Amino acid sequence: MNVKHGTFRGGIHPPYGKESTAAVPLEFGEKPKMVTIPMSMHIGAPCTPSVKKGEYVYLGQKIGEPNGFVSVPIHASVSGKVVAVEVRPHPSGDRVMSVVIESDGLDILEPSIKPYGSLEKMDAESIKNMILNAGIVGLGGATFPTHVKLTVPPDKKVDSIILNGAECEPYLTADHHLMQTQAEKIVLGLKVAMKAVDVEKGFIGIEDNKGEAIEALTKAIGNDLNLEIYSLHTKYPQGAEKQLITAITGREVPSGGLPADAGVVVMNVGTAAQIAESMTTGMPLYKRLLTCTGDAIKNPQTLEIRIGVSFQSVIDQCGGFISEPGKVISGGPMMGVSQFETEVPVIKGTSGILCLTKEFADVSIPSNCIRCGKCLSVCPIHLEPLNLAAYSQKNKWKQCEENHIMDCIECGSCSYICPAKRTLVSSIRVAKREIVAQRRKGN
Amino acid sequence: MNNLNLTISSSPHIHAKHSTASIMQNVLIALLPALAVAGYVFGVWALALVAICVVSAVTTEAIIQKLCKKAVTINDWSAVVTGVLLGFNLPINAPWWLAVIGSVFAIAIVKQCFGGLGQNFMNPALAARAFLLASWPTRMTSTAYIPAYDTVTTATPLALLKSGDLTNMPSTLDLFTGLNGVYGCIGEISALALLVGGLYLIFKGIISWRIPTVYLLTVAVFAVLVGQDPLVHIVSGGVMLGAFFMATDYASSPVTPKGQIIFALGCGLITMIIRLYGGYPEGCSYSILLMNIATPLIDRFTKKKIYGVAKKKKEVQA
Repeated sequence: MNVKHGTFRGGIHPPYGKESTAAVPLEFGEKPKMVTIPMSMHIGAPCTPSVKKGEYVYLGQKIGEPNGFVSVPIHASVSGKVVAVEVRPHPSGDRVMSVVIESDGLDILEPSIKPYGSLEKMDAESIKNMILNAGIVGLGGATFPTHVKLTVPPDKKVDSIILNGAECEPYLTADHHLMQTQAEKIVLGLKVAMKAVDVEKGFIGIEDNKGEAIEALTKAIGNDLNLEIYSLHTKYPQGAEKQLITAITGREVPSGGLPADAGVVVMNVGTAAQIAESMTTGMPLYKRLLTCTGDAIKNPQTLEIRIGVSFQSVIDQCGGFISEPGKVISGGPMMGVSQFETEVPVIKGTSGILCLTKEFADVSIPSNCIRCGKCLSVCPIHLEPLNLAAYSQKNKWKQCEENHIMDCIECGSCSYICPAKRTLVSSIRVAKREIVAQRRKGN
Repeated sequence: MNNLNLTISSSPHIHAKHSTASIMQNVLIALLPALAVAGYVFGVWALALVAICVVSAVTTEAIIQKLCKKAVTINDWSAVVTGVLLGFNLPINAPWWLAVIGSVFAIAIVKQCFGGLGQNFMNPALAARAFLLASWPTRMTSTAYIPAYDTVTTATPLALLKSGDLTNMPSTLDLFTGLNGVYGCIGEISALALLVGGLYLIFKGIISWRIPTVYLLTVAVFAVLVGQDPLVHIVSGGVMLGAFFMATDYASSPVTPKGQIIFALGCGLITMIIRLYGGYPEGCSYSILLMNIATPLIDRFTKKKIYGVAKKKKEVQA
């Protein structure tokens, strides 16, 4: 089994900050006393709570009913009593309808849960149903419902599945740990997904700074000739869907299109592991790996945490703050969302909790663009962020659209590299939102 | 609830360490070797002239920003760079007031009138040089060349080349190092010192290799084609200073990779056309100024191929 290499054009080399957690053994989080489970943890329609205050729920019991095709059910991550069904703060910054469960500490399993059996016994339809019923969404952070992703429109020809193990976000090591400890599960999950989409080829892309992960997965694949591992140049945003596809297949996703238009379906390695887990145990998605790190954290580490546990509880399990935090971020430093408070729950898409000290959190005041062109040379989509941001600030939405602003993947490389500290990607986001709103109005 | 005082901002939450000021400081570091040679060869007055330019440029910037009630941004070091570059473009016996007028013009008219840093469509130092050359032509040219060991003024090597007076031509090595006798403006005498500084900027990732390489190559190839020594053309006059420090000015040169190549090609061609067929012995500054004006147009027609967008987009008629 030889490992192939790949990369893309553009990108940046931020300080990786992974050293503090990459070598620390994976921990299992404490059994939570209280969980707050929001009814919106995926892209698509939020769920409707199917339990009432005072009701007893089992671990793995469905507590949120999906609405529509692009939606997945939500399950209890502990057994115990529902103490509230109300609007609570959410790591997106919004306030969302949530089910609050007080754990009885017994983890009594929902009686109907049983293993689905082996891959041989399942067909594409039953796999997709299983994935839907297990509430599985993209665990890389985008949280797109996985059963939808695996349902390829009939007019598109998909020939392979790519597993994303790049983990290009600095600081985060959740996927790194997962690939080292659960390589077999990831490979099984990949095979299940390949069967669901009916493709022959499967790829796993990993950044070349994760040698142990590449080794573990190479071993797990054995001599299966249909599966290949790609060692990818360590560069941000190597794990962005489009850049990953190009690095591995050499194909480009057409502007405005989906990966399926380039003949592939892309999934996070965590999602694949969850598919395998759900198939072999019957358990829905109720826990995940996340990295709690940053220079404000005493013992940075990657842990397995149940959905609904508060950020504060995770931080406490990591020894709490060693210095006053200036910023708490859900996700990584490049694309994560900064939080108002730490009493927000871990959700399906929470890949990390990053706590930075005041010094790190300082927001510099932007100065004049000096036209150095660095943003243009790092943009992985080959856009001209300096011009797009300038159009956006002048409300020139039409010029924004003509210059392909909608193709921006918001990776933030431009803002990172800007010596004048201009908030390029923020200006671009504003324009994109405005354009989407106008398009809706037009329809 | 806890009472954490958390900062909320849009991602990304980390930023590269460099800043506008650090870039400008690096440019100044890159200019130091040439400044050292100037001090060694011309003496203290060369350094004094450069200092006058710097002080005038920075003061002008501060006064204008104060008058316009804008934030004073002299700590970004950009006015210092402009001052040093203008000083480099003056002849050694330029009077102090020439340095002051040039600096005020560069900052007030060329830079601040168009919106300040990054908004100027021409290189401020070069535009100021052109302005001084047009206003005080004798002070700017006739005394541009003084051998170190003599106070007699003579023509610059390029003027010698143009007049065909090759017997008084210094050796190419002397032109390259600039240490053994002096042939031009304060900052342009040592091609070697400028090359060292220029390579430092490329190594630091502050300028791209494209503009200097293509500029110098164009000059060399042109010289070969007309049967002249390409080395002499590269190491004499302002080409070395122009290629590494003037043509690479961020604000007035293209941002696209292809655009930078076209821009540098244009600079090289115009420089050689002026040198060989024009009225002046040297055409470096005019060539860059002319290409500065073409920059927006070049940028517009050399956009990168965007990811996922087909090269020739055919609109489907609905």
